[in-house]
Amino acid sequence: MIEVEDVYFRYPNGVEALKGVSLTIKNGEFVAIMGQNGAGKTTLVKHFNGLLKPTKGRVLVDEAETTKVSVATLARKVGFVFQNPDHQLFCETAEEEIAFALKNFGFKETIIKRRVQWALNLLGLTQYKKISPFMLSGGERKRVALASVLAWNPKILILDEPTIGQDYQQKEKLRQFILQMKTQRKTVIIVTHDVEFVAECNPRVVLMREGKIVADGEAKEILTNEEVLTQASIVPPQIAQIFMQMPSLQLPKNIIDVYEAREILLKMLRSDAK
Amino acid sequence: MSVFDGLKFRRVYSPIHNLDPRIKFIYVLAIFVIAIIFWELIPLIVLFIIQIPFVVLAGVKREWLRSMRGGAFLASIIFVTNFVVAYFAGRGLAESLENAIALTLRFIVLIESFSIFFLTTSPDHLGLALEQTGMPYEFCFAFTTAVRFVPVLAEEAQTIMDAQKARGLELERGNFLKRIRNYIPILIPLIVSAIRRSLELAEAMESRAWGATKKRTNLYVLKIHKNDFFLIVITIGILATAIFIRLYVPIPSLNQLLKGIF
Repeated sequence: MIEVEDVYFRYPNGVEALKGVSLTIKNGEFVAIMGQNGAGKTTLVKHFNGLLKPTKGRVLVDEAETTKVSVATLARKVGFVFQNPDHQLFCETAEEEIAFALKNFGFKETIIKRRVQWALNLLGLTQYKKISPFMLSGGERKRVALASVLAWNPKILILDEPTIGQDYQQKEKLRQFILQMKTQRKTVIIVTHDVEFVAECNPRVVLMREGKIVADGEAKEILTNEEVLTQASIVPPQIAQIFMQMPSLQLPKNIIDVYEAREILLKMLRSDAK
Repeated sequence: MSVFDGLKFRRVYSPIHNLDPRIKFIYVLAIFVIAIIFWELIPLIVLFIIQIPFVVLAGVKREWLRSMRGGAFLASIIFVTNFVVAYFAGRGLAESLENAIALTLRFIVLIESFSIFFLTTSPDHLGLALEQTGMPYEFCFAFTTAVRFVPVLAEEAQTIMDAQKARGLELERGNFLKRIRNYIPILIPLIVSAIRRSLELAEAMESRAWGATKKRTNLYVLKIHKNDFFLIVITIGILATAIFIRLYVPIPSLNQLLKGIF
């Protein structure tokens, strides 16, 4: 469980990135943090594994205050996949890359081998295990970075912009994977601008703007609430836009799921036909 | 990274910012030379003080103080080594103390003048100055680009450090050799991305017709104004006085001076 209590954060250059954020994320929750550029999303999630410490207020991860534990200790529990894979890849092969964190955490050799195999397989990277990560494409590098974090099986997983540079199929795989994590009672937190992806996943949505949380709730409610969306510079998902722009049909306003929308439209057409 | 903070340029307008960078550079060089030719405490104190009006005029007190603080660690090392060496070489306590303070102050004066120069001179201005002193444009461009990318690189290094820490890397762990090896996971991504960025930059420049004309013109042309003449006069004045004092005036040490008074 992550508890954020009235956190303020100011960067050394004087920019106040968080201005009184309070938030509780329970175990097994799936949360999407959204908001315009510079709203403080990444700053907020960097508090979850202790990379940043609040200037005021406190952050608790499983009841331990982040200022009192080292990042390495927290990292064992909180896996953080950075936005740009090039900021962390450095090994000669994808395999070694994934083993790096496991070695840092002091896993045994045999377990490391098994975990690496498992992570490579999970993300469809087995064929690249002997290849340098630098030779892979952007999307593949991103998956290596993800695999390198998943390998130690953290309880809480933070993904910063996971869908950037991924094609539709990979996004779908990512979505399936997140859902699978959810069934294992793992906490997943994503930071993203990808409204359609969030609409498909239907997580809890936390909207941020200028260092504050402006809305927090079901994706269904938040992503169709035009007022808070404009505040956070986000456009509603396409299907919601279509429904909003046909007021004369008296369609429900809080639809973000394409299949649900299809059902509603079909029902309407059938009843019209009668 | 706070040492670099003190060298980061911020765009503000002040009489110092508007000075010709070439003249400012000559001023910095003059201060540099003077700081080197004196090793006594009193002239170095004077040298330190006469630069403070520049800082106040330029309105960069905060940044300047930060760069001073950034240099504090190195300054303390210089102080300690000088003091220890002088003391154990058999010079008296007061004398070795004064000597150590003087050498530390010399270092601080150097940082002070460089920090004033970089805080008040934009990288573009610097490139312009190089170009208009007849340096080939390719060289000037490489120089300004390098200067401009320092803060970008510093930020990137921070992100990489965060990313590796999030994977359980502990930089402060192990003996000296191990600690150096701990930096490999940070240096490799940093170097790779710097190379990648430079290639991208080259492509972006080519696609914007870099080097299409051999003879370039500039929107801004550096001109010497009244204030610049003023600074030249000050610089020559300070330099001449300093050389005169060095050659003809015996400089008392602070200890002697204090003994004379009491």
